Amino acid sequence: MYEFKYHRPATVRQAANLLVKNEDAKVIAGGHTLVPVMKQRLASPPHLVDLSHIEGLDAIEMKGRSLVIGATAKHADVATSPIVGEAIPALAELAGGIGDPAVRHKGTLGGSLANNDPTADYPAAVLALGATIVTNKRRLKAEEFFQGLFTTALESDEIITKVMFPLPKKAAYVKFRNQASRYALVGVFVAKRPSDVRVAVTGAGSEGVFRATLFEEALKKRFSHKVLDGISVSPEGLNSDLHGSAEYRAHLIGVLTRRAVEAATAK
Amino acid sequence: MAKISLIVNGNPVNANVDPRTLLVQFLRENLRLTGTHVGCDTSQCGACVVHLDGKAVKSCTTLAVMADGHEVKTIEGLAPDGAPLHPMQEAFREHHGLQCGFCTPGMIMTAVDLVNRKGHDLADHVIREELEGNLCRCTGYQNIVTSIAAGAKAMAKSA
Repeated sequence: MYEFKYHRPATVRQAANLLVKNEDAKVIAGGHTLVPVMKQRLASPPHLVDLSHIEGLDAIEMKGRSLVIGATAKHADVATSPIVGEAIPALAELAGGIGDPAVRHKGTLGGSLANNDPTADYPAAVLALGATIVTNKRRLKAEEFFQGLFTTALESDEIITKVMFPLPKKAAYVKFRNQASRYALVGVFVAKRPSDVRVAVTGAGSEGVFRATLFEEALKKRFSHKVLDGISVSPEGLNSDLHGSAEYRAHLIGVLTRRAVEAATAK
Repeated sequence: MAKISLIVNGNPVNANVDPRTLLVQFLRENLRLTGTHVGCDTSQCGACVVHLDGKAVKSCTTLAVMADGHEVKTIEGLAPDGAPLHPMQEAFREHHGLQCGFCTPGMIMTAVDLVNRKGHDLADHVIREELEGNLCRCTGYQNIVTSIAAGAKAMAKSA
């Protein structure tokens, strides 16, 4: 790891000022993405701004018809929160399936979204549920936020403060784990929302998380796995590597979407 | 350099560290608490698991500066020198939950955290799921699972 200076601001405003003042500074919270890439010397930020001691930034609460989760809420907090379990059980389940117990004690919602790893779980939930990402500067819709592989709309001095999830009528997340890394080889989050159905896919797309619109249209007419018979996702634009071909991933998207619809209906 | 103050195994510790020092390095090299191991160094194997404010974390993926102001417990902190072993340690001894022993400190710290979160009556499949982040390359896990189930029950008695 290369040298850096460590900062521990007490407020989001202080954190943002540190980012403005120190070029190439990076934000850290749980550190479970950034520390590994710094150890590999793939990243060498000269300054680290630690958000994990900003009070209230990890709050989980209901506001009107939305579930609001603070950026530094840890995966374990989301997984075990009675508020999340009541409002969007699929989201609690997703959080409880990230990494392993020790990773879930450190990793955060904001960190997962800001990194936008193409195999991360949270981006699928945020896109399928139509969540809004709130930063210190503005509000971003999920579809504007995710901009491809490890790329988001965040500016260099912008910090995610919370995410607002509108409540779906039904939802479920199903993932097929890579046998070695345990990351999602493919993960599908299905959400039946008051006005439409969204199907978001992680792990498969070469540009990161995306919506399977063909499935969405069919499911909007009738929310049953049966309507998916005979339609499939094109392997074009999907990842192909030693873990699975694009065709295999396309097949998995169909299988997992069916399972997710069944799971959402059973709830 | 950064000044840090934390509690390690119940004792206050003050130190001056390079911010890039990992918590596991700090524990092993500065405090000479070598019970916490570095296995994969990529947050997968769990040999480095310690408790940070009572919760299991991977100390190879935590910076020592991030533990400033917090409380750390390592395998050495489970039972004082010369005292009887912690019930989970005793269960691993009794049920032969180890062969080479390299993964054992992490296994035991993970197991104690598991009992703290999920109680004393643990089904085998729950234990196996919870061991997702701890790798053992000797045992095939059978005796580790048996040890944790027994250790969990023994912790209820000693609590």
